[in-house]
Amino acid sequence: MAYVAVKGGEQAILNSHRLIAEDRRGDPEVPELTVSQIAEQLGLAVDRVMCEGSVYDRELAALALKQAQGDAVEAIFLLRAFRTTLPRFAVSNAIETDRMAIQRRISATFKDVPGGQVLGSTYEYTHRLLDFDLLDNADAEVTRAELAATPLDANCPRAFDSISDEGLIEAEVPAPGKASVFDLTREPLALPAGRDQRLQNLARGDEGFVVGLAYSALRGYGAAHPYVGETRVGDVAIEVVPEELGFPVSIGDITVTECQMLDLFAGSDDEPARFTRGYGLSFGKSERKAMGMAIVDRSLRSREYGEDVKYPAQDEEFVLSHTDNLEAAGFVSHLTLPHYVDFQGDLQFIRQLREEQVGSPSTKEAAE
Amino acid sequence: MIDAHENAAKRGRQAYNFAYLDEQSKRMIRRCILKAMAVPGLQVPFGSREMPLAYGWGTGGIQVTASVIGPNDTLKVIDQGADDATNAVSIRRFFKRVAGIETTEKTDAATIIQTRHRVPETPLRAGQVIVYQVPSPEPLRSLEPRESETRKMHAYAEYGLMSVQLYEDIARFGHIATAHSYPVMTHGRYLMSPSPIPKFDNPKIANSPAIQLYGAGREKRIYAVPPYTRVQNLDFEDHPFRVQKWRHCCSLCGASDSYLDEIVVNDSGQRMFVCSDTDYCATRRDQGHVGPEGEGRAPFGSLPNSKTE
Repeated sequence: MAYVAVKGGEQAILNSHRLIAEDRRGDPEVPELTVSQIAEQLGLAVDRVMCEGSVYDRELAALALKQAQGDAVEAIFLLRAFRTTLPRFAVSNAIETDRMAIQRRISATFKDVPGGQVLGSTYEYTHRLLDFDLLDNADAEVTRAELAATPLDANCPRAFDSISDEGLIEAEVPAPGKASVFDLTREPLALPAGRDQRLQNLARGDEGFVVGLAYSALRGYGAAHPYVGETRVGDVAIEVVPEELGFPVSIGDITVTECQMLDLFAGSDDEPARFTRGYGLSFGKSERKAMGMAIVDRSLRSREYGEDVKYPAQDEEFVLSHTDNLEAAGFVSHLTLPHYVDFQGDLQFIRQLREEQVGSPSTKEAAE
Repeated sequence: MIDAHENAAKRGRQAYNFAYLDEQSKRMIRRCILKAMAVPGLQVPFGSREMPLAYGWGTGGIQVTASVIGPNDTLKVIDQGADDATNAVSIRRFFKRVAGIETTEKTDAATIIQTRHRVPETPLRAGQVIVYQVPSPEPLRSLEPRESETRKMHAYAEYGLMSVQLYEDIARFGHIATAHSYPVMTHGRYLMSPSPIPKFDNPKIANSPAIQLYGAGREKRIYAVPPYTRVQNLDFEDHPFRVQKWRHCCSLCGASDSYLDEIVVNDSGQRMFVCSDTDYCATRRDQGHVGPEGEGRAPFGSLPNSKTE
């Protein structure tokens, strides 16, 4: 059973698989979870797996979560491995988030903005008290939120597009001379990275790590205390232009969370003072991720603005090389593999060093 | 299995202790408050508890309020000056639920005011307690990220670095570039962050008749300014401390002495300015003051309405 038995490892592996299956199923007296239950009732876990697994498919993400016993990183692993097998048939047009069917939209910069503030479904004001009623598996009371008297505007402008006229907030313009976008899933990271690489990297990056980095930048290991210019959650249409048609066709809607952070930039010799932007986008409802991403994105723009790069969150190479949780978890877990040979080498080396060192503890001990 | 569920359910439905925290925790926090009051501006570490509210949303303020509040208190909660902001409403509901106390929107009527980012425009009086929610208690943090270092700097009252930063601002911009969390010297000894209130409000914390308590839950610090305490804004003789000024008055009540919020009215970037202190604005309008757009309804739902009752 023990893996150290180098021969006979096959039996150990088979037994391990049986154990996983047993652990996963748990007590057979308790009814088995269905994939649709996970997709419907563990929606935020599904969203995270879709985002970091970079596959927008609720059913597959729910399946991965079921198989992984709810371990998000393991589920992301399953989904990414599946993703590898999928052919790429098109690249969509850029999504237009100003034409989003809005579920939530918050701006923390202006007290009220054209289009209005929409609280949407958020845990933010729930008071985190355990709801013991959920212990009873009785049929839940059907709760429906009240509908507003008027529907939201279908074209809700970005919160501060209207005030850009003063030039106080950096305008969002595409990088000059770049027709195609870098694809981090097909090409290796190239440093220094363009913003397209960075944003893809952060979107797929581990939520905990990205949020932790963002936190460090806010707390003093970075210069950020940004404002949420706008964060919005809603559905957007995905459009592709089939070659044979030559015009865009909508292939479906996806839910995304988008965050625009504004950070004070005091100006330089060439540029006037203004608010600069950081950007975050995630699949599904993942506001924590989108906000963390936007803060780290802005921190990584330090070089662009001639700011000193002093902290981890501003260090592009450090951040972009360490965001991916599959790479990180895989490399950490590889340590459980046998290291007999390299360890033997180090052991020999240490013995040799100690023998060569006159008066080293080992020789002293030997003398005594 | 079913038994375990029933027990847990029973446990959950038991009433919470008055003001949520258990008595030992409240006592610990009160001791820290006493120490903070005795040494104005000193950041006293405290065993901050997990609260049913996210860190950064006022957990420090809530713990301080929970520790000083009594059944006869009347609580006002404001966020950015507004009584009707979501966070203020949420915290007020929390205390109504766990302490059953009276709440108010009137600065005059409150015995305890918990605040995020503003000091009310109406002057506070003796007997009132104002509790600030503090995200970043350490005024030196932007200059030195390490806590071990900043604590030494406070111990030796070594605040030269802060003066250098202010000087660098003047050299670069011609004036000090701090608009909120403007650092102050408290009782001539400790450099203190007045939490992210706009510097407009800094003069209100000096020599105030009210007790001022500052709670930082995430950073686990409590500090205080006792009544009638000297609080000086750092500045230079030739570059004295100045507060923000507006070229407008409040569109609704015409006040020219209050902190104004800028509101984007339409897509073409048109603005209006209104008092951020909703109680102050409503009270003035009830007294008959009218601003340039004070007649008729405010264009947006979140603007302060004059109280009708």
